[in-house]
Parts: sequence; C-alpha cells; structure tokens
Amino acid sequence: MTNAVTPTVDLHNAVVLSGGFPLLSGVDLQLLPSSLTVITGANGAGKTSLLRLLAGLVPLSEGSGTVAGVDLANGDLRELRRRVGWLGHEGSFYDDLTVRENLTFAAKALERPLIEIERALQRVGLSNRIDTTTKKLSAGQRRRLGLSWLLIRRPEIWLLDEPYASLDDEARTFFDALITDVLRSGATVVISAHDKLKSEALQPRTIVLGGGRIVSES
Amino acid sequence: MKQLSQRLFGPLTLIAMGATLVLGLWVVPPDQVQGELARLVYVHPSVAWVALYVSFGTAAIASALYLWKRTRSEVMDRVANCAMEVSVVFIALTLITGSIWGRPAWGVWWVWDARLTSSAILGVLALGYLALRRANDDVQLRARRSAVFAVLVAINVPIIHFSVQWWKTLHQGATVFNSNRHLLIHGMQAWTLLISFIAFTMLFFWLLRYRYRLEVQRENLAGASLEEALASRRREGTQ
Amino acid sequence: MIRTALLVFKKDLRIEMRSRVLLWQVLPFGVMALLLCGIALGPSRAGNSSAGPGLFYLVTLLVALLMINRSQSVEKTPGTKASVATLGLDPAGVFLGKSLALAIELWATGIILLGGSVVILHTSLHGAILALPSVVVTLAALAVAGTLYGALTSGGDGAATLLPVLALPAFAPLLIAGERSFSAALNHGGIWRWWLILSVALSVYTAIGILLYGVLEES
Repeated sequence: MTNAVTPTVDLHNAVVLSGGFPLLSGVDLQLLPSSLTVITGANGAGKTSLLRLLAGLVPLSEGSGTVAGVDLANGDLRELRRRVGWLGHEGSFYDDLTVRENLTFAAKALERPLIEIERALQRVGLSNRIDTTTKKLSAGQRRRLGLSWLLIRRPEIWLLDEPYASLDDEARTFFDALITDVLRSGATVVISAHDKLKSEALQPRTIVLGGGRIVSES
Repeated sequence: MKQLSQRLFGPLTLIAMGATLVLGLWVVPPDQVQGELARLVYVHPSVAWVALYVSFGTAAIASALYLWKRTRSEVMDRVANCAMEVSVVFIALTLITGSIWGRPAWGVWWVWDARLTSSAILGVLALGYLALRRANDDVQLRARRSAVFAVLVAINVPIIHFSVQWWKTLHQGATVFNSNRHLLIHGMQAWTLLISFIAFTMLFFWLLRYRYRLEVQRENLAGASLEEALASRRREGTQ
Repeated sequence: MIRTALLVFKKDLRIEMRSRVLLWQVLPFGVMALLLCGIALGPSRAGNSSAGPGLFYLVTLLVALLMINRSQSVEKTPGTKASVATLGLDPAGVFLGKSLALAIELWATGIILLGGSVVILHTSLHGAILALPSVVVTLAALAVAGTLYGALTSGGDGAATLLPVLALPAFAPLLIAGERSFSAALNHGGIWRWWLILSVALSVYTAIGILLYGVLEES
C-alpha cells in the first residue's frame, strides 16, 4: 500500500493581478517533492510572476492554492517566504556589504551557525571573494552568492528565476550538479528559463506558459 | 424599515440644512459685538467640526477596522476613501468660511494662528491620502497603505484639538462653553448652533452615502473589465 | 523583535559607513541649505538669532527627507527586497532597527547643523546646548515617523515626490513643538512642556510602527 505524496505546490485557477492587468490568468499546477520543473515561455508570458506567487511575494487575486502547506489566499505569507528560497536575476543583496557581511546577516536572521557561511562559499567557489563588496562581483558571481544564500537557508522549495543566464559552460555544469544534490535532499526546484534546459544531467518536467497560463507541458 | 430610513435621510438632511439657513440668517438676532458677521458661527464651527472630527474620525475608524483582520473588508476601505474625499471638501469650506470671518475681524484673510495652520495641514494630509491612493494600482496594496496613513493622520487630530491651549493664538477660544462647562450663549442662538451641528453632520453622511454608491458602481465597472482583461490575456497564449 | 532590530540597525549603519552618503552628500546639502537660509533672509536679518531655531528645523527636515529616501532605497532593489523577504524577519524589529539607524544619522547631522546655525545664523551657543535634549527627541520622533512614511511610499508611483507630500504635513506639528522648545531654551523659557509633548509623539509613532509596519511590508 503506497502513501499518496502531498504536493508541495497545488494551484487551482490561480490569477494574479497587477493594476487590473492579469499577470497570471488561471494557472493549474501541482508539483511534488524532489521534483525539478522548468517553466519556459516568451517574454511577458508570466514566468517570473508565477515564481513570485509561489514565493509568496505577490498575493493571489483569484483562485486557490497551497505552497509548502501554506494557503495562498488566507495563510501567513510571511511563513511561506521562510519556507521558500528565491534566486532572482536582478541580484539579491545589499550592494555596499561584502559577501561575508551579507551572508552573516542572513545567517543571523535565520539563526544558523556562522560556520555554514564558509561551507556554503566553498561549495559555490566564492571563498576567495568573501571580503569583496557585492557590487564588485560579476553577474555570475552574484548568482553564486545567491546560491550560497540558499545553501545556508536549505528551503523546501527552490525558486530560481533564469539562473542560467550569463553562466559559462563550466558554471552551468557546476549548477547542474548542485541542483542534483538539492533534489536528492527532497526539495522541490522550480526554474524559469526562456528555452528548454539543455542539460544531460537533469531530466526536468517542462511547462510552457503563454498569456499568463500553462499552454503545454512535457 | 432600513429602506424607509434611507429614503427619508436625504429629505431630513435638507430640512435640517434649511432650518439652519432660516434660523441663522433671519430668525436669530445679530450679535452685540460682531453684528451680522457673527451669523457665520452657524456655519464655520459646524463645518470645522465635521471636517476635523466627523469625517476624519469616520476615515480613521474605517481604516483601523480595515487593518484589523477580523473586520477587514472592501467596505471599510471604500468608506475610508469616500470619507476622506468628503473631508477635503469640508476642510476647504472650513478654511474659506474662516477666512471670510477673519477678514473683517482680524483685518487679513490669513493669519498664522495655530488652529488655522493645523487645519490647513490636515487639508494637505487629506489630499496626501488621495495622492497615495492614486500612486498604487494594486487594490490590496492601496487599501493597506491608505489605511495605515489614515491612522497616522488621526494622530494629528488631537494636536489640533489642543492647539488652542498650546500656542498663543488669535483664534477665538471657547465660544459655547466656559472652563466650568457652563453655556456662554443662550436661547435661540444655542438652539440654532446645535441644529447647525446636526445639519452639517447629516450632510456629511448623506454625501458619504452617495459617494460610496458611486464607488461601488465604479468597482463593478472595473470588475466587468477584469473579465475582458482575463480573456484578452488568455488569447495571448494561443497566438 | 529586539534581536532583529539590532541586526537591521547594525546592517543599516554599516551600509551608511561604507557608502558615506551622509558624509559626502547629505551634510554638504544641509550646510548649503543653512547658507541659503541666511542669504534668503538678507544681510541685515541673517544674523538674527530669533530665526535660528525655525531655520535649523526647516533644514533638518529637508535633510531628513533625503535620509528617509536613502534608508528605504537600500531595500528597494527588487532582488534585495525579494531575498530579504524570504528571511522572514520580524517586521516590528525591522521597523525599530531602521528607525534607530535613521535616528543616529539624524542626530549626527543635527549636531553639525546645530553648530552651523550657531556659526552662520548666530544662534546662542548656550541656548543651543540647552535645547539639545528637545532636539534629540524631535529628531528621534522624525526618524520613527520618517521610517513609517518611507515604507508607506516606497515602491509606489512617484515615490520620491510622494514622500514629501505625505510626510511634510505630518512632520509639521513635530517641528512646531521642536521649534518652540528650541526658542524657549534660547529665551530661558520652560522647555520641559515641549519635551514631554515630543516624547508623547515619539512614543505614539513608535507604538504605531511596531503594530503596523508588518502591514506595510505585506503590501
């Protein structure tokens, strides 16, 4: 007898409005633990909006859904945000603080031991930049800093907005290996990208968004 | 019963305003010192009372109720918005009637009197509330921020109340009651003043009711456009 | 709440000390504004110390607007906002931390500008020293209220212009009390009444911030 697995993400006709404009126009989506899902689509299709909804960064306007056990319509979105990890493409940190200072801030906020900062930076290969201010890091290095933040946080759901943008081949390979480890730990990973993932290591479920809702999946 | 009282409220307001007008302009004799000018006492204090306490109070209470999760609803947000809009009108009337009264009494249209200054400040705050609402398209964000701002503005209302005591001022001090709470004006003057307070308060709630109805109609229209917007957005995905 | 407040307070001060916006931009602006006040008054009235308290607070208020914007702008980068939101910090703690950091910055600026008003506007030094407690409390109240108003306007359309529209009228009663207490100190009048009033305003804004900052963060 098998136990049904509770979806980490369960959306029904999710609509997100911004100034009356529907960013998402009715999304039905279920995601399971230890799953990798890639969300693709043209510019303006709603990829980032969907990720932001899952992160609890924008409110659900219509429809229903739960993410990490939190009801999007009536639940505590602050609690949801604690349970998810967000890696945006805009850059995630205080520009005038160093790598060490940014991660120390995060670690102390989450009450994690500070030794995890060094472990995380070693994992992403940023140990030699620990005392560099964030604004001096390259785009790829800022992406790695974001990943180290997530490694310290260890969230249930990883939401990565166009993480492969401006990564070279070596960085992509490293990233694939990291995602594989994260999936093994039981987390749900959702990645947004313009195109399907060209990765031999990862076998994701691919969802195509158009007009604010899912138009196809594979 | 509710519908009957709603239908009667408008005519009753009209009657109260009419009574204020008739009593204030014709029936009550002119003041011994200020003459005919003192007839403004049946307009200015009532309008100021509505502007500073009734309308702001309504907006602040509705905003506080919106902020409290148990009573949070679109109704409270609408009431706060509409009350604040009407309060802008009444504050403007307060300043205008105050200036009209002040010109012959003080010789200038405007003096840096604490109560006048504070009333002008409240007027700008009320306009700021409306500006804040227009700066945010998102309904929930707009409602929350406006509600917090209205509560903050409410802090300033007691300051106005105490301003007559805090600062040296040209403004008339206690007019109706002395410090022992004994009535200073009598007879028909007192009754007319009371009627004017009631009339203008009713006028405020009458205006609020109609402004609220307009707001509901506007939102219904926006809701209809939402269906169109959703359909249009979904069509993008099929093109 | 206290732990979060200290964390945010240290973070904000560290950012300020690293970027030195206060030192290289805000202070020069404040000093120039004081000079402009003297110029606007004209040579015969520029040294009139009775104008000093009001002009000191007027300039401090303009400086405060800059600093409130700065305090909010460090959080406003979309990526920073999203990442910090996922830390789940106690909003009351964030409010207290940001208010305290802003207060420290305003006090530092206020002392410089107070010195400026003594030198440029010939405000009595003795009176300025006597007025210090009320200046401290007024600027603290400004910092607390400013943090609230900054959060109210951040991210909206025209946030930089909306902040003065909302905040200046609300600050006016604080500045009236501050100016009156400063003038009372210069004229050896009773300042403790104004000091108490300012303390009440400070307490009320702090209480409201602790209660409602979370609502603003949610929005």
